[in-house]
Amino acid sequence: MSNQNRIYKGGRVDRDQAINFKFNGKEYVGYQGDTLASALLANDVHLIGRSFKYHRPRGILTSGSEEPNALVQLGLGARTEPNMRATEIEIYEGLEASSQNCWPSVNFDIGSINNFLSRVFPAGFYYKTFMWPPSLWLFYEHFIRKAAGLGVAPTAKNPDRYEQKFHYCDILVVGGGASGLMSALAAGRSGCDVLLIDEKPEPGGYLRNISAKIDNLNSNDWINDILKELESYDNVTILNRTAVMGYYDYNYLTALQKVTNHLPYLSDKMPRERYWRIRAKKVILAQGAFERPLVFSGNDRPGIMLASAARTYLNQFGVLPGKSVILFTNNDHAYGTAIDFANKGAKVTIVDNREDIPSELSDRCNKVKIKIYPSHSIINTYGYQKVKKVEIQKVDQNNNELTGSLREIECDLVLMSGGWNPSVQLFSQSRGKLKYQSKLNSFIPNNLIKNQKVVGCNNGDFNLLKVLKNSYQVGLEFASELGKSANKSLEIETAFEDLEFTEAKVEPYMIGKKKVTHGSKHFVDFQHDVTAADIFLAQREGYISVEHTKRYTTTGMGTDQGKTSNVNALALMSHIHDKPVDNIGHTTFRPPYSPQTIGAIAGRNVDHLFDPERKTAIHQWHVDNGAEFEDVGQWKRPYFFPQKNENIQDAVNRECRAVRNGLGILDASTLGKIDLQGPDVAKFLNLIYTNAWSKLEVGSCRYGLMCNEHGMVFDDGVTSRISENRYHMTTTTGGAARVMSWLEEFLQTEWLDMEVFCTSVTEQWTVLSISGPNSREFLSSLTDIDISKEAFPFMKMKEGKVCGVDARIFRISFTGELSFEINVPSRYGLFVWNEFMKHGKKYDITPYGTESMHVLRAEKGFIIVGQDTDGSVTPKDMNMDWIVSKKKDDFLGKRSFSRSDTIRTDRKQLVGLLVNDKKTVLPEGSYVVDEAKPRPPMDMIGHVSSSYYSPTCDHPIALALIKNGLNRMGDVVKIPLMSGKVIDATITDSIFYDKEGARNNE
Amino acid sequence: MKYSAINLVRNAFSYHENWQKAWSSPELKKEYDVIIVGGGGHGLGTAYYLAKEFGVKNIALLEKGWIGGGNTGRNTTIIRSNYLWDESAALYNHAVNLWEGLSSELNFNVMFSQRGLYHLAHSVHDMQEITRRAYSNYLNGVDAEILNQDQVKKNIPHMNVNGRYPVLGAILQRRAGTARHDAVAWGYARAAENLGVDIIQNCEVTGIDVSNGIVKGLQTTKGSVNAKKVGLVPAGHSSVLANMAGFRLPISSVPLQALVSEPIKPILDCVIMSNTVHVYVSQSDKGELVVGAGSDSYNSYSQRGSFDMIEHIMGPLTELFPIFSRLKMLRQWGGIVDVTPDRSPIIGKTPIENLFINCGWGTGGFKATPGSAHVFAETVAKGEPNKIASPFSIERHFSGALVDEAAAAAVAH
Amino acid sequence: MFVIKCPYCGDRDQTEFSCHGEAHIARPENPETLTDEEWGEYLFIRSNKKGIHYERWTHDHGCRRWFNVMRDTVSDEILVTYKMGEEKPKS
Repeated sequence: MSNQNRIYKGGRVDRDQAINFKFNGKEYVGYQGDTLASALLANDVHLIGRSFKYHRPRGILTSGSEEPNALVQLGLGARTEPNMRATEIEIYEGLEASSQNCWPSVNFDIGSINNFLSRVFPAGFYYKTFMWPPSLWLFYEHFIRKAAGLGVAPTAKNPDRYEQKFHYCDILVVGGGASGLMSALAAGRSGCDVLLIDEKPEPGGYLRNISAKIDNLNSNDWINDILKELESYDNVTILNRTAVMGYYDYNYLTALQKVTNHLPYLSDKMPRERYWRIRAKKVILAQGAFERPLVFSGNDRPGIMLASAARTYLNQFGVLPGKSVILFTNNDHAYGTAIDFANKGAKVTIVDNREDIPSELSDRCNKVKIKIYPSHSIINTYGYQKVKKVEIQKVDQNNNELTGSLREIECDLVLMSGGWNPSVQLFSQSRGKLKYQSKLNSFIPNNLIKNQKVVGCNNGDFNLLKVLKNSYQVGLEFASELGKSANKSLEIETAFEDLEFTEAKVEPYMIGKKKVTHGSKHFVDFQHDVTAADIFLAQREGYISVEHTKRYTTTGMGTDQGKTSNVNALALMSHIHDKPVDNIGHTTFRPPYSPQTIGAIAGRNVDHLFDPERKTAIHQWHVDNGAEFEDVGQWKRPYFFPQKNENIQDAVNRECRAVRNGLGILDASTLGKIDLQGPDVAKFLNLIYTNAWSKLEVGSCRYGLMCNEHGMVFDDGVTSRISENRYHMTTTTGGAARVMSWLEEFLQTEWLDMEVFCTSVTEQWTVLSISGPNSREFLSSLTDIDISKEAFPFMKMKEGKVCGVDARIFRISFTGELSFEINVPSRYGLFVWNEFMKHGKKYDITPYGTESMHVLRAEKGFIIVGQDTDGSVTPKDMNMDWIVSKKKDDFLGKRSFSRSDTIRTDRKQLVGLLVNDKKTVLPEGSYVVDEAKPRPPMDMIGHVSSSYYSPTCDHPIALALIKNGLNRMGDVVKIPLMSGKVIDATITDSIFYDKEGARNNE
Repeated sequence: MKYSAINLVRNAFSYHENWQKAWSSPELKKEYDVIIVGGGGHGLGTAYYLAKEFGVKNIALLEKGWIGGGNTGRNTTIIRSNYLWDESAALYNHAVNLWEGLSSELNFNVMFSQRGLYHLAHSVHDMQEITRRAYSNYLNGVDAEILNQDQVKKNIPHMNVNGRYPVLGAILQRRAGTARHDAVAWGYARAAENLGVDIIQNCEVTGIDVSNGIVKGLQTTKGSVNAKKVGLVPAGHSSVLANMAGFRLPISSVPLQALVSEPIKPILDCVIMSNTVHVYVSQSDKGELVVGAGSDSYNSYSQRGSFDMIEHIMGPLTELFPIFSRLKMLRQWGGIVDVTPDRSPIIGKTPIENLFINCGWGTGGFKATPGSAHVFAETVAKGEPNKIASPFSIERHFSGALVDEAAAAAVAH
Repeated sequence: MFVIKCPYCGDRDQTEFSCHGEAHIARPENPETLTDEEWGEYLFIRSNKKGIHYERWTHDHGCRRWFNVMRDTVSDEILVTYKMGEEKPKS
């Protein structure tokens, strides 16, 4: 039988559109407009899943985002999603969902053994055990982990797409219920840019589920009229199926919109969800309230749900989830649900913990044959997979004692209503402070932050007419603060709900058949199986602060973040300590409001858009010619250019030999380049670099080292004087942005009177570095510049044409060979490179990558900042004291050189290392000791910072930072490898080739 | 009553109504030999070791809120000791050694889980960096293994090793892992109280009495109290307390945030850190993915950061683990971290005699908890830092002898 | 997520900016005359105020100018932003 719990008519589902779906492999039929929860209830399926800790059978508690129990695994394969709330999933043709946290099935779950052992598993039991023997913790933990968790993650990459949107508005209204609609209406009529957000498929809120009348219109019609008007305004945007997730400083809010995930998979054209980042001038919170469960013995069985939820299923979805219904309440308002159920043919019994039931209520109940038991409590419930019977008994007015006789009532549905909790989560996230309102027995907003208002039930106001008028007024006030006003006033004369929420008789827990701490299963937090006894235990053991109670018992830490449990837990604590709830306090509400898809927050910043790839103008040539690349920051740099079957070492050997003996070419475009202009550049450089710059002539280049104010080397490069007031600075590839900021910092914060302008020109220039004995001969035929040795000496620069393109040529060298660095505008970069390759054929021009560059410079003992330095070395430690001016009064870092630790002469210093066996290439990063012990620990004296096989020297070479190294030339030291082997090496000078520097002066 | 499986079963028969308070709430006395200010793991541990190992009898621990409510209860619970510099390795490895016996020592299961931690290398430069760190660790007696891409892929099958920044390898510390953060505070508190330490919550220090350069006592919201020695362990408020005593610190207090996902069945059984892609993630015993975000650049005492720090780790997280994309972020939160210029802590004496400080742990204090507490207890008891603690004096900022974990790119998480 | 008023560009989202620590710490005129303690104080020691704090920000993804901000580090409310070189506003 299908849809056996569906009533013949009523509700907002479309009975003409049947929808087939599967739950736990079984096929069911629902209707367009159903949620998974309503469709399952229509088919009399109450058992949805198993609880976290005790694996107790659980059903559907609520009808919205606060659902703690009915979590399912939705979808299959790469599109599967764990922990989805059945109460929020809209069904679509072909939907498949299943129960989670159960094995082999939700009906028979091995894990439910925990339920029978629950007496030894109270809150925090794991802190008291699994400690012996200590070595077995990982073993115990393996099983604990397997038992924990809820659903399963997909095991394949997410095939769906998520979009993001920034949105700015005058007024953001969160919540499209009665109050939110009114505020939005006032603001919309005033011409403000309004964004109205509602988490349901259509706005209207709880008013859609109850029989309310507003000026003779029934509530659904009234809502539709308001919506029609709002939709007619261009300045009003309404987002349905959208949950505001986070409320951050300065009215910055985030929201997640379901775009297609309430639909079957359509195509790649639409994103699954859209993530909104909203900056609103004003925010109006109109999120309503959550009904509070009652804490009674056995209150967690499938078939036990909140009264308001049941009313929603009945009136909105046309589902009568049970025919023999018990309503357990402490307030008037829930009677509305009972009457609605009775009117639809259910047999309803009301158990009310209050002694005096208003006669108006009992009269109405009598009319529809509802039996009322005043001063009664449900003291226990029965039914394993679904509730089937309750026991009720009279209780004294202090809820201390059971009196009278026990009565059993058969039933198939138990509804409960403990009053209402305003939904203060977002308000609290925004730094708003809460206060406890005793009339409501709950927290309401107190100190509002700037440009924020809270309206309706969200603010603790439950009188419909008052709420409508106030909310409209708030909208008007905000509009007026923005200089706008409405041309229409609100004309509502009457508005009434059939039964309003007035006051509840709240008990921290309902007295049960068993003592509350004696295994009575009074659940406070359903998802995490936290019982009242657990709260008692936490207090007994000293976990008295609300945060301690929360963390010790895990109450409120489930996926619902305690929406249904927090206030009840606080009420219990208040009861146990006999202190007002105000003095107990509350835990902090954290974003997000509801669990929020990680992929949606990541948005499009995934895959090839994860992080930009920076490519030089020559990049495609490198790709076409088989380069292997390395990532240097965001740059893609050719690492080496293997030919045929070459491995990296073969390629590097070949490339290095080409440079030393013929002609090599390097794409050095990634080097940071900064254009410096102004009359004070030389003065500025004197403060930035360690060496002197006053006498650098136009057309000259100079190497410089930058230190931070701690005196530690942080970048290096060559800076050249292009003209009187113009310099061209180069930096390391990775350090370019850092150096730029460094220059700007000092120009803008310390030396404001200096006239220096910095512009990053890294991407404006393509840099082709040609190196090798044949480089001059090669280049001379391609340029109009006189590049003869006499006319163009080392460390000079000239401007002219290269291959017909405007170019700057720098005669600087990082390989130690005769070199020219040719800078051409990037748009000509590839052209010039191709020309070079064409004309270079007869010199066997050899492109080389970063690895060869590293080897070539190491042969010359040139350092690489960031490899041979690590932020803890001074120029002197680098054996580069020659570049530190002794004459300048001041430069950045200078003062730090003379601190007591920095001035020590036995600091780690850069030296060369030659392995004694002449063949082992030391691992870069290996450490050096004087005395190798059979096993660690060993006292270290330094480490190998660079290490290569040198094709030029035909043996391995290494640079190392070694304590007092400069005074230990010729000493033999040891490098213990992780394999256990120990390598002997001798400390040497750090220059391994062409010590006199003759070759680059050729 | 000793915590054990047997006692758990025994107490089940009496409905767990006979368990004692893990710690009580005594009144503040007039005078103590030592007062520790700050009831996080480091402070509670200090009080415990002072009583246990250094024979101090009359100890109070003052906490302005609830114990473990600062960074102890807000961090991502990662424990490791594979630091680059010898000084750091000694300190953090001392901590790991103590972690290994901590549950037994405290008779409180802190769930120290040595599930192994991988630092990923994404470039040639990263490989050099992890190799150096591995060698330094190796010779310092800290366990370290260098893995290549295939080994990483085999051990962590759901990781995408071929992304924008491919995973070229990793350094694995098998002794590293996670622990249950709250339990550390509670376990130390219970054990300290058993040794007679007065643990006083909701007691904020409002002034530090100093006379002739010597500390005499404290003003608190529960009245004034005399003390022969005072140890400040006030992560998040170090500068505020120092200010009360009349000195300043090389510290900036900045927001650091973290988040957890919804609980899911086991999918990640180790700890992953990547400095290049900016991810650190593990899965808790409860099933939640625990993810650390970056710290903000501005100072704040509000225990909240800016949301873009959270947003900016979601791309990296899904880049590295594409299967996490459909999971949900459940909860985010923030803490205040006291950051020093070299990202190493300050442990030792202050300009005020008999006033000691342990602070500046930045983003990585949790892992050091027992080690920090132990060496600080000795510092307070003996009046001088021991060999492990001495490199971490305030004076290093004047001499230049920084222990620069920041510059060495071994970002201290 | 603040809105920061850049003195040059106006109100912009925080993500365009970054903070660079305490403001109004001038680099000493003659560092060489300072003791190690005095130099270390300049380099590293900070007031790290709980409450009104003066700090330096840059409009990185905008005009790239440095400027000063007076902000409450408890409420995170930005009270004043002002250009480098301008006088420190009173708290």
